[in-house]
Amino acid sequence: MASSRTSESRAAPQQVTEVPLAADESRVWRRRHVLDLDDFSADEIEAVMETTAAMKEILSRDVPRAPALRGTTIVTLFYEASTRTRASFELAGKVLGADVINLTSSGSSVEKGESLIDTVRTLQAIGAQVLVMRHSMSGAPYLAAEHCDARVINAGDGWHAHPTQGLLDLYTLRSRIGALKGRRIVIVGDVAHSRVARSDIWGLSKLGAEIVVCAPPTLLPAELGKPREDLSTLRPSSGQAGSGRVALPDVTLEPDLDKAVSGADAVMTLRLQQERMAGGLLPSLREYSRLYQVNEARMAKAKPGAPVLHPGPMNEGVEISAAVAHSAASLIEEQVQNGVAVRMALLYLMRGSR
Amino acid sequence: MARLLTIIKGGRVLDPANAVDMTGDVLIEGDVIKAAGADLSPRASTGSARTEIKVIEAKGLVVAPGFVDLHTHLREPGYEYKETIETGTRAAARGGFTTICAMPNTEPAMDNRGTVDYVMQRAAEQGLVRVLPIGAVTKGREGKLLAELGELADAGCIGFSDDGSPVADASIMRHALEYASALGPSTIRQDSGQAPSISSGQAGSGRGLAIIDHCEDPQLAGGVMHEGWVSTRLGLKGIPSASEENMVARDIALARQTGGHVHIAHLSTAGAVELVRRARAEGAHVTAEVTPHHLALTHEAVMHREGYERLAYDTNAKMYPPLRGEADVAACIAGLMDGTIDAIATDHAPHAVQEKLCEFDLAANGIVGLETALALSLTAAVTLERVVEALTIGPVRALGLDRSIPGIGTLSEGAPADVVIFDPKREWTVDPADFVSKGKSTPLAGRTLRGAVVATVYAGEVVHALEGTGA
Repeated sequence: MASSRTSESRAAPQQVTEVPLAADESRVWRRRHVLDLDDFSADEIEAVMETTAAMKEILSRDVPRAPALRGTTIVTLFYEASTRTRASFELAGKVLGADVINLTSSGSSVEKGESLIDTVRTLQAIGAQVLVMRHSMSGAPYLAAEHCDARVINAGDGWHAHPTQGLLDLYTLRSRIGALKGRRIVIVGDVAHSRVARSDIWGLSKLGAEIVVCAPPTLLPAELGKPREDLSTLRPSSGQAGSGRVALPDVTLEPDLDKAVSGADAVMTLRLQQERMAGGLLPSLREYSRLYQVNEARMAKAKPGAPVLHPGPMNEGVEISAAVAHSAASLIEEQVQNGVAVRMALLYLMRGSR
Repeated sequence: MARLLTIIKGGRVLDPANAVDMTGDVLIEGDVIKAAGADLSPRASTGSARTEIKVIEAKGLVVAPGFVDLHTHLREPGYEYKETIETGTRAAARGGFTTICAMPNTEPAMDNRGTVDYVMQRAAEQGLVRVLPIGAVTKGREGKLLAELGELADAGCIGFSDDGSPVADASIMRHALEYASALGPSTIRQDSGQAPSISSGQAGSGRGLAIIDHCEDPQLAGGVMHEGWVSTRLGLKGIPSASEENMVARDIALARQTGGHVHIAHLSTAGAVELVRRARAEGAHVTAEVTPHHLALTHEAVMHREGYERLAYDTNAKMYPPLRGEADVAACIAGLMDGTIDAIATDHAPHAVQEKLCEFDLAANGIVGLETALALSLTAAVTLERVVEALTIGPVRALGLDRSIPGIGTLSEGAPADVVIFDPKREWTVDPADFVSKGKSTPLAGRTLRGAVVATVYAGEVVHALEGTGA
């Protein structure tokens, strides 16, 4: 995001006595939009983690309020149903004293056929400074970021990215198992159709984790974990940027879940959409749960105390057994709690970026 | 009336059909080529007092037969907001094209004589270059019932296609190939300002008319870009290479079965190129075209846009078939160079701005190509000589267009006086705002390309001249 970076001035120092922060936060944070974790540096992720810890302290107070964003207008624009993410953003904004307006695609001009660009420009015109956007189509928040002046946070776009989920997963994991560098983290389930998986993979790779992906081949996206000879040999005549960019993060594929979880430091499960059966991607839920369900027997093969995560909503008995979901290893509730703090941290860090 | 001679002097005359590549002149009398070769000024000056001579200096420039595009979407009738015959043919002239084959996915579709007649009439009145219609294979392009191919041939159609969609039903494709194999082309005489006069098709030319197929297996398609690491990165639904290859393999089998002629539109995958290569070696009547963008760009264009650092989700790089991987680009270039692929065709597919300024999944498919075709082809790793061949006699022979218009795609004596003059070294930066096409959608905006059309001569008249060149 060098182009936006160059046009930004440094974050102006603000008087926010209520929020205890890492001193060098403004030094690493120049980001205007949060669209995915693919362009985050490890330092930026650290800044979010440290700020999240400060936000957790605020949330633990008797009166959890720190009006650092008083006078800021946040609009949540959800083109797709969501419970936890939207509520989490709304609460995060309100704890920090922002005005939060919630819009969903039903009951708005969207239903009258207004284009996305017109919608975000309208929201900008009425004073939205931060746009939190959920959309069923990959790349939609990028379109919004290009065509309006508001700061955009991607709250999930299609199969592409869910960066705030990725960050809260990183925070939650680290809180339980410590530094992630070199740790064996298993991601199991429908990676092909999962924005959570993509953002988790980017985030984990930035922090140097060893990522093991376990899924039936029908639920793996193209080329992930495959050797890619053509990537380093972009022809000069194609004139496209390529050198120095990472095409896809390195992951190891292990289709056998028992092998994948062996010695794992943590296991991240993904929601299985029931419609995958209709598309011929899977024979049955029964077979899926037999081969890919994270259950107690399998978790016994992981490192002792290895935690389990799930972005929710869960299909208990399908991708995760009820016993594991409610075991001491489960971090699922912590994920939801940390979601508010991570989103507070991002809103706070983005306050000064122009 | 004075006899009008035009002499294009001192250029590199490149006429692949006649194996001519020499410095010299091209002499035009009225609307036909008189001669092409070495110094022709003595012949030009032997005229009577009533002879008017126009001289076009072409020193340092390439002089070649006017380009022929087998694959243009003119959008008229029905989608005049995207393009019209007038703007589309102007764009063609600007790109060096003197003949463009109009795809039938108009509204109504060119599946009947009335619509074809309308297009031909409009082209005669407003077109700057020659328009040859391609008829629909099936009624309404619905893939169910054969259109009246015989009458479409009589109306001047030079082939048939349901382009935009494949002929999905193998049985319909089989029957179309069989039926079209017995049809002859019509002879077309198109004078500007008048309706074209068409003499009905001669049977027994032996080759029939081609079915031009947009090869995409509907069950495997359904994505919005090439399936590969970029689609994974962007979270966009991919179209696997097998989607194209499956249909190409089917069409080859049907061409063998029927003896019919299948022309594969816009080849894009390494596997499909190899299938065509083998089929041709084995004698099947299969021809093929490739677009300049499939020769020069990869799926990375969806992700990266010139001068833009974020993921681009560039709808100006969205088209069917999609831009594919490095190996596919290399295979398309190799296929063009070894003759597996006959022609470079633009698949010029203009859309209105708002149809591209939206979410990637919702964006219209297709980009404009007429005004960048030469430069982009030259920018790809293809030789100048082969590019000219694949833009002139290549497409003519692929579909047998010389049966309708003798001499087209050549500088032979008596051929239509269709000539392009271009500077293969001149660099220019693509600015879609400069396009004369109504369509502005191209992934090349801001890119500097090499190779500029200096002048285009159609039927003896200069229909395009680059500003400041004096042509």
